[in-house]
Amino acid sequence: MTERLTHRLMLASAAPIAAVVIAVVLSSIVLLISGSNPLAAYADMLQHASKLETQVDILNRATPLYLSGVAAAIGFRMNLFNIGVEGQYLLAFIVAAHLGAQVELPSVLHVAFILVIAMAVGGAFSGAAGVLKVTRGVNEVISTIMLNAVVISGLAAWWIVEWQAGGEISATGGRVGTEPIAESGLLPDINSWLEVFTREIGLGKKLTGMMVVALVVGVVYHVILNRTVFGFDLRSSGANPTASHVGGVSPKRMVVIAMTLSGMVAGLVGMTELMDTGYYPSNPISLLGFTGIAVALLGRNHPAGVAVAALIFGFLDVSSGILQISGAASREIVEIMKGVIILTAVIAYEVVRRIREREEAAAAAAAMATSPAATP
Amino acid sequence: MASAIELTGITKRFPGVVANDDIHLEVAEGEIHAICGENGAGKSTLMKILYGMQPPDSGTIRIQGDEVELHSPAQAIELGIGMVHQHFMLADQLTVLENVILGAEPMRSLGRIDFQAGREHLDEVGRAYGLDINADDLVETLEVGERQRVEIIKVLYRGAKILILDEPTAVLVPQEVDELFRNIRELKASGATILFIDHKLDEVLEIADTITVLRQGRTVGTVKPDEVTAHDLAEMMIGSELPVPDAGASTVTEEVALELSGLRVAGEGDRAVVDDVTLSVHRGEIVGIAGVEGNGQAELVNAIIGIQDPDQGVITLLGRDITHVSVRHRREMGLGYVPQDRHRDGLLLGFTLWENAALGHQTEKPYSRGPWLSRLGMRGRANRIKEDFDVRTPHIEVSAHALSGGNQQKLIVGREMVADPAVLIANHPTRGIDVGAQAAVWDDIREARSRGLATLLVSADLDELIGLSDTIVVMLRGRLVARLDPNDITPRDLGAYMTGAALEAERTGGSS
Repeated sequence: MTERLTHRLMLASAAPIAAVVIAVVLSSIVLLISGSNPLAAYADMLQHASKLETQVDILNRATPLYLSGVAAAIGFRMNLFNIGVEGQYLLAFIVAAHLGAQVELPSVLHVAFILVIAMAVGGAFSGAAGVLKVTRGVNEVISTIMLNAVVISGLAAWWIVEWQAGGEISATGGRVGTEPIAESGLLPDINSWLEVFTREIGLGKKLTGMMVVALVVGVVYHVILNRTVFGFDLRSSGANPTASHVGGVSPKRMVVIAMTLSGMVAGLVGMTELMDTGYYPSNPISLLGFTGIAVALLGRNHPAGVAVAALIFGFLDVSSGILQISGAASREIVEIMKGVIILTAVIAYEVVRRIREREEAAAAAAAMATSPAATP
Repeated sequence: MASAIELTGITKRFPGVVANDDIHLEVAEGEIHAICGENGAGKSTLMKILYGMQPPDSGTIRIQGDEVELHSPAQAIELGIGMVHQHFMLADQLTVLENVILGAEPMRSLGRIDFQAGREHLDEVGRAYGLDINADDLVETLEVGERQRVEIIKVLYRGAKILILDEPTAVLVPQEVDELFRNIRELKASGATILFIDHKLDEVLEIADTITVLRQGRTVGTVKPDEVTAHDLAEMMIGSELPVPDAGASTVTEEVALELSGLRVAGEGDRAVVDDVTLSVHRGEIVGIAGVEGNGQAELVNAIIGIQDPDQGVITLLGRDITHVSVRHRREMGLGYVPQDRHRDGLLLGFTLWENAALGHQTEKPYSRGPWLSRLGMRGRANRIKEDFDVRTPHIEVSAHALSGGNQQKLIVGREMVADPAVLIANHPTRGIDVGAQAAVWDDIREARSRGLATLLVSADLDELIGLSDTIVVMLRGRLVARLDPNDITPRDLGAYMTGAALEAERTGGSS
């Protein structure tokens, strides 16, 4: 039993490790061709990442990527490609920022109010794509791409003008955005939690409180998916809708629910920025939704796997910043690394899946031959 | 003259199992040679070896007298061996011609495909072997039998002289089987050698010139069809006395478990595919539905289990109207279902056996408590199913695709039976599984019947229908057209009812 478990674990971890190793090798070749020293570049990145303040940045980056990855993963589990996380989180971001600034509530309630609004907006917007799919047969990829456009160049562009705060809204000036949310509506940083284990965090870096929310989302995702009847319904319907339908799960209902849940988590992606700055700026951090798809893919839709993937992407994004300063290589090398990691991960997972299938089939065939073959 | 194929001492081991053990096979030029055996007897492995998909551990292969070593299907094709797989490998959106030339396209200059040459060659092949097909039809518009013909033409187009057909009749309805056999005989007349894998014995006896039987990876014997009966062959395959479906003493009670009244299901264009069906199944009774496939049986079953809404009529389960009740609720009320296509409707192939054991019953104890799954309950049940229903597997953590067809079916039947249903809808419960597993499924259904289970059995296997049922109804063009007593009907007579010939005779007989 334990031997089997170790074997399974080894097979499961072999693929992502292989993907990262191959990505490093290929990126090194690219760096060599472009005339840079790969070892120097990696050394710079690692050394930069060893600093506590960089690690805070990595976690702050990984948090929204994780939420975005989980949002995409929920869709994937139901065999749905929610490519609209991007639009869903930006829409939830701007609506929650606007409404959050209109009310005055005690601290806990105010934060909860904003988060609930964000989830509701994301869920409704994504759920709409689900409803379109089951009632009108519109493929969710098409509808969510279109809905992205509706948000990015439509609603968000309009509302940022409509809801723009008058006068100066930030100390740096110049930037425009929605009315800032009162202090009571912002999640405090959790520097003190980390500082229990480390030295004091310097450079004014703040570890986002949304990391706690992201962890809760991850745990809830895991528990619902693997430990509840609803999660079983979702997984089975995603794996084989007809067998699941015969087994009592309505595929249409599951599509709408899965899209809605995916959108609800997507709604939280922009909250990392909102809870830090308190308003929706004219240039919010974007593309987190699309990167989330890659994060989910690398993390195999598994709650812990997605976390590791989000950390890897967070590390690549943040630590590559040093390359601009040190000049060891162009920072765009990390984009190549990300792409190669995804490609090799997909291939490696497929290879592992085939190995596992073959092993299982052989074991089952061995069990078939229980009686010794009679001599003719 | 040298044999077309001569296999000597072929042995192939997989971890923990000998799939082929010293197999000898000789196929004469121009004959139809059938390979029979239960699932897992080693037929598929042997064919994969012959088609170059897997190398044997030992043994020699001779093609037209020359010893060869096969390393790839491409090499097998070069030697004139072609394989028609059980599951078609066709691109639906392409035409017949495009599918046939795919991968072997005749080229013109500048990398353009020479469709004209392809079409001429295709016509030539079609004429030479008497295979009739329109080269410009889209594959997605073709019937199953026609798709199979495209697969055969694909192989012939590449110059194959030796054809391996892997369970070609498994996907066909009886009329299509007749058509296929006609084609096979024409192929033979045109000089092709055919290796035919099957486990439907009457078919084998009808078409083959020579039959080789495999059992547990060994050659049991090679016989001529006129020397043996289907019964003899089956005994060679399983190596012991043959089980027969036999209902035993009647256990039919007065209590109605499932009742259909005036049921109508509309198909395309509001045509009734199930038309005014009224039927009741009592506790302890097995009602068999006979009929040529496509006469509304599938829609009738779908309406009963709740995935297709009837537009008229009432379905009553244990006295309660369930006509518009959800599938899940029906299941919870005690409706069991063994689907016709286990891969499509019965299993989650990538999931473990214990997860599959819960499918369709996940809201019930012991699989769950309230909204929470009980892994302990799921695993416990799965182990019980494995033991009680003899599912051959090393453990319940393997995924469902690792099991052979017969074991998958035993798992499904076991899953439905341990839930102790009041009514079981068994839709072709033994299709495509071997004799041993078939007997096990029959036993399970009979045993449950004696405990009061009401069963609606839909089957194309007439022996199964006659052997198991307490009552047989015949379905023709959506209607129930005859009610027969299985004790005094032969498969031949039943066949006549299924095609409507008997009714025709009755009517003319009655009027004259």
